[in-house]
Amino acid sequence: MIAIVDYGVGNLASAQKAFAAVGAHAALVREPTGLRQATAVVLPGVGNFGHCSRELHRHGFVPELRDARARGVPMLGICVGMQLLFDGSEEDRGEPGLGFFRGSVVKLAGVPRVPQIGWNAVRKTGDHPWLRDVADGDHFYFVHSYAAEAAEDVALGTVEYGGARLAIAGRDRLLGVQFHPEKSGANGLRLLRAFATADAGVVVSGRR
Amino acid sequence: MLAKRIIPCLDVKDGRVVKGTRFTDLRDAGDPVELARRYDLEGGDELVFLDITASAERRPTVVALAAHVADVLFIPFTVGGGIGSADLAGEILRAGADKVAVNSAAVRDPALLSAIADRYGSQATVLSIDARQQPGRTDRWEVVIDGGRVATGRDAIEWAESAVARGAGEILLNSIDRDGTKLGFDLGLTAAVADAVGVPVIASGGASSADDYVALFQRTGADAGLAASIFHYGELTIGGVKDVLAAAGIPVRPRERALA
Repeated sequence: MIAIVDYGVGNLASAQKAFAAVGAHAALVREPTGLRQATAVVLPGVGNFGHCSRELHRHGFVPELRDARARGVPMLGICVGMQLLFDGSEEDRGEPGLGFFRGSVVKLAGVPRVPQIGWNAVRKTGDHPWLRDVADGDHFYFVHSYAAEAAEDVALGTVEYGGARLAIAGRDRLLGVQFHPEKSGANGLRLLRAFATADAGVVVSGRR
Repeated sequence: MLAKRIIPCLDVKDGRVVKGTRFTDLRDAGDPVELARRYDLEGGDELVFLDITASAERRPTVVALAAHVADVLFIPFTVGGGIGSADLAGEILRAGADKVAVNSAAVRDPALLSAIADRYGSQATVLSIDARQQPGRTDRWEVVIDGGRVATGRDAIEWAESAVARGAGEILLNSIDRDGTKLGFDLGLTAAVADAVGVPVIASGGASSADDYVALFQRTGADAGLAASIFHYGELTIGGVKDVLAAAGIPVRPRERALA
């Protein structure tokens, strides 16, 4: 079972339905201990970093996420969920991230419009098993006012918006994407399918 | 480069699409979900569903619509039309819509914008403005509400700025003067609003050719162009518009590879 962390933030129905579209079963998990049965974990997030971080803590998910990470459970952070994988954000300096990646999140500056809303090309700068079906230059749907800056070598993809911004960060069994794969058409579904099949227990039938 | 967006708009009444469609092979041309899939396949970058149901019983239909679309469509979509409360906005968003668009109700009660943005984020809060040029003025546009029937005396640019300050994350800007005329987008209005606000602007009203889209993106700061009947009746295809835009050097999202 793929667990989508349900801490009261974001449009979780879309992520769940996108996994269903690639033949994978994903459940919304409200109880932190539910992550112990998960074969893979999706951490969504939308809006304000501080709000997301506080809610994640308040719902008691942080220790279980650390435990899942320590056990090597495949984990995917989406949008602010990706940002939460870093140490912190200038959006709310008092609220810590999970610190799975070294680095912090900064406001998009030097661009005409914030947030960046829409489809933009992702330049692949590294590889990862779950990116096997992502081609260099594939377009994904972004909605964000902040972007992470990695302080270690985890950048796997960038997006051009007033400079090269981090779009994908990853290492073994852990991936963060700034865009919304569940809203990025076939390109996004391919990524979710690759993530879902990281767990051998998932039956993939593929339909769209 | 961030791609300029082409957005087809579907008018929905009692859960059914009410304008015509060129997709004659559809099993059910009035089914918003079937039409949405077609526009997705054609390369629509987002969809807007405008609910024009007048009855008091519209609430369940509009929420069900969002849920059904979200079952099959994995690109962003907005639901607008008669949304007068943050609670209804929340129901629509939880059903799977990415954004809600508010119009007349926000003019009557601007706190609606902050209520939605505070709960669900600015990225989910679209302000839809119907604007009409003031007689004898080429640089002034008035906000009209209730489907263009009621003039408010309010300046469209000022309203856009104040709505963004309250949390609107995107402006859907419809020119009442151009709506249905096929005279092209109102470039003056669009440029004025796009220059005044720091959030994306979706231009609407008047598009009849790919060149109208080229002019929109070359001469204004708009991020997206919305159209309804020209796509429904097949006068233009989304792919055709994108080919012309790409040839003019305007960034567009290319046709995607099938999932398989």
